[in-house]
Amino acid sequence: MSRITERFTRLRSSNRGAFIPYLTAGDPDLETTERLLAALAEAGADIIELGVPFSDPMADGPVIQRASERALRRDIGIEEILPVVANFKRKHDVPVVLFTYFNPLLRFHADSPAQRASALCESGVDGVLVTDLIPEEAGEFTSEMRKAGIDTIFLVAPTSTDERIEKIARAASGFIYVVARTGVTGVRDSLSGEVKKLVERVREISALPVAVGFGISLPEHVGEVWSYADGAVVGSRLVLEIERCAGSADLVDRVAALARELGGKRDNATFEM
Amino acid sequence: MDFLSMPDAAGHFGPYGGSFVPETLMHPLAQLCAAYDEVRSDESFHEEFDRLLREYVGRPTPLTFAARLTEHLGGARIYLKREDLNHTGAHKINNALGQMLLAQRMGKQRIIAETGAGQHGVATATVCALAGLKCVVYMGTEDMRRQALNVFRMRLLGAEVVGVESGSRTLKDAINEALRDWVTNVGDTHYLLGSVLGPHPYPMMVRDFQSVIGREARAQILERERRLPDYLVACVGGGSNAIGLFYSFLNDANVRMVGVEAGGRGSSLGEHAARFLEAGGGQVGVLQGTRSYVLQNSRGQIAPTHSISAGLDYPSIGPEHALLHDLGRVEYVAAGDDEALEALRLLAGLEGIIPALESAHAIAEVIKLAPRLDRNQIIMVNLSGRGDKDVNTIAEKEENNTEDSEK
Repeated sequence: MSRITERFTRLRSSNRGAFIPYLTAGDPDLETTERLLAALAEAGADIIELGVPFSDPMADGPVIQRASERALRRDIGIEEILPVVANFKRKHDVPVVLFTYFNPLLRFHADSPAQRASALCESGVDGVLVTDLIPEEAGEFTSEMRKAGIDTIFLVAPTSTDERIEKIARAASGFIYVVARTGVTGVRDSLSGEVKKLVERVREISALPVAVGFGISLPEHVGEVWSYADGAVVGSRLVLEIERCAGSADLVDRVAALARELGGKRDNATFEM
Repeated sequence: MDFLSMPDAAGHFGPYGGSFVPETLMHPLAQLCAAYDEVRSDESFHEEFDRLLREYVGRPTPLTFAARLTEHLGGARIYLKREDLNHTGAHKINNALGQMLLAQRMGKQRIIAETGAGQHGVATATVCALAGLKCVVYMGTEDMRRQALNVFRMRLLGAEVVGVESGSRTLKDAINEALRDWVTNVGDTHYLLGSVLGPHPYPMMVRDFQSVIGREARAQILERERRLPDYLVACVGGGSNAIGLFYSFLNDANVRMVGVEAGGRGSSLGEHAARFLEAGGGQVGVLQGTRSYVLQNSRGQIAPTHSISAGLDYPSIGPEHALLHDLGRVEYVAAGDDEALEALRLLAGLEGIIPALESAHAIAEVIKLAPRLDRNQIIMVNLSGRGDKDVNTIAEKEENNTEDSEK
């Protein structure tokens, strides 16, 4: 059983939803990313999504675009990110999902997909979500990752037909990531009422855990998502906080405090790690 | 090998092409594929398309024998396929018109597009005005500066032009922004992509709409010369004017083809837009929905590009070109900024035709190629657009050169 599956199983048995924060690696620098990972783990993160910066983030809104630009000023790539993941994993038992566009991943060990997968695995990466990769184009990639024991997470969108959801469910492992709205990542005031129905559609097709992301920005959103899904992903709201705290000595503390607030509305009085 | 049978049902040209997009776009892309499949075999669609190409665009465009250029270069006979004489001044309108008719049949009310040089933006704004559709054009602010005239034309035509400030502020950033718009407004919006790029079915569909260039050119040269040309030459940014000319000749093994990329001002990464240039930094990768050659660094970050011509200033190339390159069916070469400028002047002086800076890259290759061939041989070059839009850029460049030489 993968560490991600194990985590969801444990959460399910205690009737709890997963809190899944997202960070762009290297924003504002890798040393801060390392401290943020530890702080998020301590703030109750169940799984962490770590974004690989990309020069052309076509699925991202302005907040994560700017984070990518900040990271790329320091030329951060997968080579630099993996040691940070490895350090983190030595001290914390929190699964890490690499959230990336396909091209930077393809260039990493470009000549050997098997080496690529084993390098990710050795660094403690538990899953990979490639924003611009659909199951139809992912065959070889998925099998290499699975061979190395890495979960392949795919997106389901509000526009996905049942037929597509079936394809996605067959290619996915770990969990299915449901996109809460059509559009790019970003901070939003409200959550669409359609998400719940979409999660229900996914549940009819797949037994995999379902996490919801895109636009989840308030503790109320997280609580609402937990009422029908297995996990809630918060990205842009946290990244925005990192941006707002730029240069401030208490950046890590303030982001951790926000994470605690966002992930705090849970019925977890009886839950013990 | 039958070159005309590509791509496969999922949009693959050998190992290239396909669909690499966020899941949200897969359903609208499937709808687009289905709608396009339907019109491909629908006579009424083609009747309407052909009628508008004739009565609105002004097709067929002439094939002009460049007598003085031929004499000057002293080699092969040179023919110009005059896409510059299309309404709006470039080949871009062929595709814009085809996709607009398709969008209408799909019931889409809003059209979005990206533009580099502004020619595709102008063509899109034009067909939207013709059809009464709402039109939003994304354009990098660097390109808006270089192509101010086209920005003004688009606005006159009723389009909203949205400046894109991210990245290098050029074509690739405009495509990112258009994709972000589309992923947000999938219901009522058609993304009218301007080149043989992006996810399936765009590379195939745009090629099909542009292939009218080669069909006409083939008939015209057969009528004039009673034989096929020895060489076809076209500039290649995304590659739509090139594939438009080449496609009808791909199965004619004796017709050689040359695609001309932007060599910019040097061969190091960032100084050019030549994806196939040896040691130029082009590697197979995935960008903006398709797998092809991509100018990128060792980390997979997309490299900045440079060309004096905004329409060739793009880090990737259509997937069909990637395959034609690997198969050796088309030879790809590069022409630099200065060569293009020189070619532009030569054509203006000898033939009374000011080509677009993009098309001037193709002329630059003809200048090298024609003298090596003998007088019985024929080169047909795609004059993909006219140069009115570039007059400011040329004047600016001349000013800089004068300043440099005075220093």
